[in-house]
Parts: sequence; C-alpha cells; structure tokens
Amino acid sequence: MNKPQIVVDRVSHGYRPAHGRPVRALENVSLEVQPREFVALLGPSGCGKSTLLYLIGGFLPTEEGQILVDGSKVTRPGPDRGIVFQHFALFPWKTVRQNVLYGLERAGIKRAEREERARNYIALVGLGGFEDSYPAQLSGGMKQRAAIARTLAFDPGILLMDEPFGALDSQTRSLMQTELLGIWQRSPKTVIFVTHDVQEAVYLAGRVAVMSARPGQIKTIVDTSFDKNDPHIHKAKVFVDKVDELWTLVRAEAIAAQGAHA
Amino acid sequence: MTRTAHRYLPLLLLALLWEAATRSGLAAGLDLPPISDVFAAWFQMVRSGELIGNGLDSLYRAGAGLGLAIAVGGFAGIFMAWFRHVHVFLGPLIEIFYPLPKSALIPVTAFWLGFGDGSKILLIFLGCMLPVTIGAFNGARGSEPVLLWSARGMGASRIRMLWDVVVPSALPELLGGIRTALALAFVLLVTSELISSRQGLGFMIGNFGAGGVYDAMFATVLTVALLGFIADRTFLRIMRWALRWQE
Repeated sequence: MNKPQIVVDRVSHGYRPAHGRPVRALENVSLEVQPREFVALLGPSGCGKSTLLYLIGGFLPTEEGQILVDGSKVTRPGPDRGIVFQHFALFPWKTVRQNVLYGLERAGIKRAEREERARNYIALVGLGGFEDSYPAQLSGGMKQRAAIARTLAFDPGILLMDEPFGALDSQTRSLMQTELLGIWQRSPKTVIFVTHDVQEAVYLAGRVAVMSARPGQIKTIVDTSFDKNDPHIHKAKVFVDKVDELWTLVRAEAIAAQGAHA
Repeated sequence: MTRTAHRYLPLLLLALLWEAATRSGLAAGLDLPPISDVFAAWFQMVRSGELIGNGLDSLYRAGAGLGLAIAVGGFAGIFMAWFRHVHVFLGPLIEIFYPLPKSALIPVTAFWLGFGDGSKILLIFLGCMLPVTIGAFNGARGSEPVLLWSARGMGASRIRMLWDVVVPSALPELLGGIRTALALAFVLLVTSELISSRQGLGFMIGNFGAGGVYDAMFATVLTVALLGFIADRTFLRIMRWALRWQE
C-alpha cells in the first residue's frame, strides 16, 4: 500500500449563521486518497461535500480533526491543490488567455514558457481561436473549459473539482466528462470530484464516497475501478450494476434528508 | 452622420425658435439677445483670448479638484471595503458629510484659501470625493468571494488579491461614481466662481450678467454647457472601453 497523498482525519465542521442555530455540515469524516487516485464525493445537496472540498483546499479553516496533504497539515490554499469551482470563477475582466496565464504569473514562470503553456492548455480543452474572448462572450461549456485549462496550466498535483459540470447541458457534460477522464489518464494527478450525479461518479471515479446529509458523514465507499475506455460503457453490465448499487444508497440518504427537514 | 444630425435636430429647432422670437420682438420683455448676437459675441471673445484664458483657468480648477478626488476617493473607498478598521473610522464621517450641500462650503474654502485657484480646487475636491469613495466602496465590497478564493488558490498574496480582484471588481461602480463627480465638478466650479472669484467662466457669467452684457453672458453659459457635454461624452467612451469585458 502506498502512503496516502491526502488524509482527512476525523474532521468535523460547523457553520454559525448570523441568525438561527449553528449547522453541523460535517461530522467526524475520515478519508484517505492515494496519489493518482480519482475519488468522487457523492451525496444529496446539503451533505457537506463541497465543505469537505473547501477544507482540503484550505479555503475554510479546519477546526476539528486535521487534514494532511503530502504529509503536512493544510492551513491555507496553495497552488499544489488546483480547484475548479461549480460556477467557473473566471476573472470576467480577463480574456481566456489572460485567465490561463494568471496562475502561471503567480508561480513566477518565465514569460516565453507561460505563453507556450497557456497556448497548449487552451488548445487541449478545445478553445483555440477564443484566446482573446472575454468570459461573458463564451457559452457555459466554454467557460468551464477555460476554467479547467486555467487550473491544469499551473500543474497542481491535486485537482479539486466542485460539481464542475453541474451547470452544463447533458451533451456538453458528457463530452467534458470524457475529456476530463482522458486528461486524468494522461497526466499523473490526484482528483477529488464533488457531484450529485451517480452516473458521472461511476464513470469518472475509481472510488466513490457516498455521503449522508446533515450532519455530513461518509456512509460508505464503493469501488468503481474498471475499464472506462469502452465506448459503450454506459450499457455495460458492470457500469449499470454500480450505478444501481449507488442509486440505492444515495436514494436512502436523500429520503432520510427529506425526513429530517419535515 | 445622418443619425447624429437627426439626434441634434431639436437643438437646431430651439436655436431657430430663439432667433425668431427675439428678432420678431415676441421675447422683448426678457432681455434675451438674439442667438446670432450670442454667437457673434462668442467668436469675438474667442478671438480676443478672453474666453480661452478664463476657460483654461476653469478647466484647470475642475481638473485638479476632480483628479485629486478620484485619487483620494478611489483609494479611500477600496481600503474601506478591504480593511474593516478603515470602514469603522471613515463610515460615520461619510454618512454625516454626504447630505451636506457642498456649495455651503464656498465661503469656508474662500476664507481659508482666498479668491484664487486653491479655494475652488479644495471645494471641487471635497464635493467630488464622496461619490467616488462610495462608488469604489460599493464596487469593492461586491467582489465575489469565489474570485478572491480563486486568486488565492493560484498563489496570489493579499496585496495581489486587492489589485487583481478587488480593484477590477470595483471598476464599474467606481467609474459610475466618477461620472457623477464629473457633473458635480462643473456645478461646483461655476457656483464658486460666480461667488468668489476674479477669473474663470463662472466669474465671466456673473460679471457680464451684472453689467448687462447679455450676449456675452449667454455665450459663456453656452460654452460651459458645451464643455460639460464634451467632458461627459469623452468619459462615457473611456468607461465603455474600460468595461468592454462586461456583457
């Protein structure tokens, strides 16, 4: 067994809203992720899966328990962990090229190499010809490609993705999933991918952590590692069975979450 | 070209009406000179250098006051949004000072700095600073947290986040505030020059008015209107260019 790259050790997290009672978003969550692994966090909305991702990213302070990345405690965000947000978070005043260059500038990479890397990653996500467009001039799918290119370009060892395809139509989403899988297979990256889409989780991830709602806990972890390169994978028995298994788990959680609200 | 002509057609009609009303004696009781006389006075004052000299005096005052207001107000507003302590300190001052009509300070600034440029620049600076500050503050406060996270996640320092995310986020409202300030600068300029000055376009208007030289007075009034219009249109162009990334 390798040494895990990411260790989430008995982490709990609460929000204190300005009005009303504090909310327990995560309760005693533990998770280990190996280098080069692709793990999906799957659960109903409000189960704290995004909170867990932001804690690993260092955007929220870990108050109970601890999170280690490459052996050291996470205290702040860093370019070793690249994050792709649900709503892209591109700088609207920068063009696609300027957005992709931003992380490279902060990393202090030389100009010529910056330009070349930006060109390569823009081409990789199929945005060649749109380098000088502003985000407002792009479709949702194109914005998400630009956001992915921006994060890949500064070459983080870990990719944290917060429902990155949630805002896309189903055709674009399916194309983007295939592209992401290809990118992950070609480059040695560890990915944590938040989603509430069962098929997406099974297709992309090698392991799926199913989360329960309020307080968010990891209920079970399902192994979903099988050959994903079959063009008819969505009809393959192994795929259909895994989707079924996870559906049953997630549905039970969603019903429980509904009950808790009522 | 024809579109521009159509747009300003009402102005031409108004000028013709003005001319007809004064020439026919319909407006005899108004002491209104025919607009052709006003134009003649305008050309005469341009040739003598009177209008240009005083115009430059006025533009210098307005430009200096507004420039200072943009620099100080822009920084103040952005720092207020970024550092809570600055907000705690400046917030109440702005709340109290904002509703005060700045023209009420004309005697005060004249008392401090005399009848020259200084008192006008100070007045315009004080009057224009608040709209700029408030625009910068509201814009900067509206910076999207996810963009700040995004910059931070790519290794931006706090100062870089301020410059790379907060300032551009503030830009639309900051520029809106500057546009308000630009109009205000002209109001304060003319008012203060009318009351406490021996140079400038406002002084000319008051002086010609008191002396009954109405054609020259109207020519100066039209000059101020034209300058204000050109300044606003030019600024609007700059604003559109700076915000070309918006949808």
